[in-house]
Amino acid sequence: MAKMTLEELRALRDSKRQDLARRDVEGKEIQIIVGMGTCGIAAGAKLTFDAIVEAVQRHGLEDKVVIRQTGCMGLCYVEPTVEVVMPGMPTVIYGKMTQDIADKFVRKHLVEHSLLDNHIFDRPAADIIKK
Amino acid sequence: MHFAVTDFLLDIVQNSCEAGASLIQINIEETETSIAIKVTDNGKGMDETELNKALDPFYTDGVKHPSRKVGLGLPFLKQATEQSNGRFEIRSEKGKGTEVFFQFFKNEIDTPPVGDIPGALISVLCMPGDHEMLISREKREAGIRYELSRQELSGILGSFERMDSLILLRDFVRSQEEQD
Repeated sequence: MAKMTLEELRALRDSKRQDLARRDVEGKEIQIIVGMGTCGIAAGAKLTFDAIVEAVQRHGLEDKVVIRQTGCMGLCYVEPTVEVVMPGMPTVIYGKMTQDIADKFVRKHLVEHSLLDNHIFDRPAADIIKK
Repeated sequence: MHFAVTDFLLDIVQNSCEAGASLIQINIEETETSIAIKVTDNGKGMDETELNKALDPFYTDGVKHPSRKVGLGLPFLKQATEQSNGRFEIRSEKGKGTEVFFQFFKNEIDTPPVGDIPGALISVLCMPGDHEMLISREKREAGIRYELSRQELSGILGSFERMDSLILLRDFVRSQEEQD
């Protein structure tokens, strides 16, 4: 891969955006939030983040997904943690989400709309939730 | 706790974001023997007392996590540089901003691995906020040299939170690691 210029980036964006404009994504947004505090990063959250991006791309869902990094969700013992908010599914925080789980996670939760067994850790610890 | 040099970088830039900076500058100069990183922001800054406290692992302002009693970002970095004979400097002025400089020498046994620099740059660019971030990265021997402006990139790509934008951002930043 050669060094991309800003002009090439702009051209690439234009061609992608035209593809996207044809699809209807209104109100179907999926939010994925990856815990990237010190605990998360130590457990490999960066690798998980990259693997999720690749898996979403592989499943052709990049126009429907918003991905964010956040700090520690208070579940340091099951890092890396990933929260998913999407229409038609309960909001879930998954734990122990190492990079090798990323593809299974995207397939199960985002594509097949079923929960990922053995990784569900409900909600953030009490001291993290805003009162 | 932190594994790579890039993990420290993420922590330090996060501080700048949380200090309400509108401009964050990151300079990364890598050679075969060392990696030197400078992070400068125009955030709220600290006076001398606050600065000393910030280097104490058992001090936190309690804003981010009200019930925690530790603040480990800067102390971890200071410790890592000290134990590997690296350099660590911090300057701050109340109301003006903060500058953190650190350097690790690759021949020291206790120096952490460098880590994934372009990956870390993508992460810091994605940190939320309206700030401008100017990044310059140089690895002379490998012929790598580039500059990134967050506002310029978001002007082209829109919000980096959108997965399609993020993928383009990733490909763009990764491609900059190619030789000129």
